[in-house]
Amino acid sequence: MSMNKVLEKKLLEPLSGNHAVAYAVRDCDVDVISAYPITPQTTIVEKLAEFVASGELDAEFLHVESEHSALSAAIGAAASGARAFTATSSQGLALMYEVLFIASGMRIPMVMALVTRALSAPINIWNDHSDLMASQDTGWIQLVSTNNQEAYDFIIIGYKLSEREDVMLPVMVALDGYIQSHTIEPVQLEDPEKVRKFVPKKKRPVTLDPEKPVSFGTLGDPDWYYEFKIQQAEALERAYQAYKEVSSEFSQYFGRSYEPFQILYGEDSDAILVVLGAHTGTFLKAVEMARREGMKIGLGVIRMLRPFPPEVSKYLSQYSFIGVADKAINFGSASGSYLTNDIATSLYLEGASSRITTYIYGIGGRPVKIEDALYVVRHLWRISKRLEEVPKKPVFVGVRY
Amino acid sequence: MKKPGVKDLYIGAVIINPPTSLTNKTGSWRVIRPVIDQDRCIRCRICWAYCPDAAILELDQPYEAGGKKYSITYVVNYDYCKGCGICAAECPVKAIKMIPEVEKL
Ligand code: SF4
Ligand code: SF4
Repeated sequence: MSMNKVLEKKLLEPLSGNHAVAYAVRDCDVDVISAYPITPQTTIVEKLAEFVASGELDAEFLHVESEHSALSAAIGAAASGARAFTATSSQGLALMYEVLFIASGMRIPMVMALVTRALSAPINIWNDHSDLMASQDTGWIQLVSTNNQEAYDFIIIGYKLSEREDVMLPVMVALDGYIQSHTIEPVQLEDPEKVRKFVPKKKRPVTLDPEKPVSFGTLGDPDWYYEFKIQQAEALERAYQAYKEVSSEFSQYFGRSYEPFQILYGEDSDAILVVLGAHTGTFLKAVEMARREGMKIGLGVIRMLRPFPPEVSKYLSQYSFIGVADKAINFGSASGSYLTNDIATSLYLEGASSRITTYIYGIGGRPVKIEDALYVVRHLWRISKRLEEVPKKPVFVGVRY
Repeated sequence: MKKPGVKDLYIGAVIINPPTSLTNKTGSWRVIRPVIDQDRCIRCRICWAYCPDAAILELDQPYEAGGKKYSITYVVNYDYCKGCGICAAECPVKAIKMIPEVEKL
C-alpha cells in the first residue's frame, strides 16, 4: 500500500463487539430502537441510548417492559416502514420465542443482534450457543460473526439483505457474549454517509399507513395458511443467493466480504473441522499449530447458519472425515449437536459417506484454551488416520466426570 | 375460479385490499342477540364504546322517551354483531336484553 493510500484509510477504532454493533446501527440510520436490558447485550442499547441522547442518531428509543415487547415493538415499527433494531441474549431470546415466528411469518424486515449466552437452568450469564442454536428454526436469517469487525459489517449487510424485496425477512446477527461483546478489538468503522449509500432507505410498497390502510397480523385459516408458509420458506431459500449478492456489493464498497461457508487449509487436508462464532480464531490457531506438526487438518467456518448454505455439503463431501465443533448441546437429538444434525443431513442428501465426529465445547462459558482446541484437532487427525474409531456420541471437551 | 396461490398472494398474509372485513358478515355467528330498549336508553354511549366489533351504530335520529328529547339513537348492526353480550353487561341502566336467536336456547 502506498503511503497516500495508508493515510486515506481511517484509523482503526478499538471497540468492543457490542459497541461495534451500536456503531453499525448508528451508521445504518436506524429509526426505531426498542430496548430491554439483558447481560451481556446491555451495552449495545446503552451505547445507542447515548447516540440518541447526543443527537448523533435521530431515532425513537423505546424503553419496553420485556423482550417479548421489545421484539413486538420492533415489528410494529418495521411494519410501519421504519428501520427497526433490537438486541438480546439468552433468556431474553427465549422470552421472545413466540414473537420470533411472528416476525418471520409477517415478513418483517429488521435486524436483531444476539449476543450469545447460555440458557438457564442453572442460571448462567456466560457464553455458549444454546440460545442461537435453539432459535435456528424460527424462520430468521442468521449470520454468525467470528470477530468484532464482522459484527459491525453483518449489521450493515443484514439491513440490506433483510429489506430486499425478494427476501423481506428478519435478520439475526450473532456475536459471542464476552469473547466478542466485552472484548476490545480494532474495528474499521466506515463513513456513515457511505454506509447509508450502501443501505439506502426505500419506501416499501406495503406498510401500515393511514392514507393507504392495510392489515398486518391477520388470520390464515386452513384455506390460506399453507400458501403463506411456502412463500416464507422460498424467501428464506432465496436469502442465500441474495446474501451472496449483498456481500459482493459490500465488498465493492468496503473491501471486505464473507462467504457463507469458508474452508481454510482445505486443499491437502485429511479432515475438516467445522466451527462457527468467536472461537473460530482459537481453532484456526490450533489447526495452524497442528499443521506445523504435520497433521493436515483444515478448518470450515460457517458464517450463515440460516439458511443453511448449500455449499457446506458440496465442499465437505470431498472429505472422508469431518469434525464438528458445537458450543451447544442439542438434547436428545440424533447426534446431540445442532450443527452435526444439519451437516449430517446435508451430506446424506448429497449422497456423501463422510464420517462425522462431534465435539461439544465451551458450554456455559467454560474457558476454551488453545490446549482444548489442539485436543480437538489432534483427536480428529487420529480419526482421519484410523488410529481411533469415529465415536457415535459427541466428545465433550473439558467436562469433569 | 382457482383461488390465489403461492405466486399470487401478497406476502406475510398482509391484507392489501381493505376492507375485506365488510364482506365477512360475522353476525351469523350469533346465538343470542342484543336488543336495545330505546325508552330506557339514556344515550350514554357506553355500549358503542365497548362493542369489540363496532356493531353498535350511533345514528343521527331524534327520539323522545320519558319526557326527554334525544338527538341520537343507538342501534345494533346485526350484520356484524356476534352476540358477545358485552354491551348488555356494560349498559348502566340495563337497557339491553340478550334474546336467544333460537327458541330452545
Ligand atoms: S352483543 Fe357484543 S357484538 Fe353485539 S352489539 Fe353487543 S357488544 Fe357488540
Ligand atoms: S349503554 Fe345502555 S344506556 Fe348507554 S347508550 Fe347503550 S343502550 Fe343506551
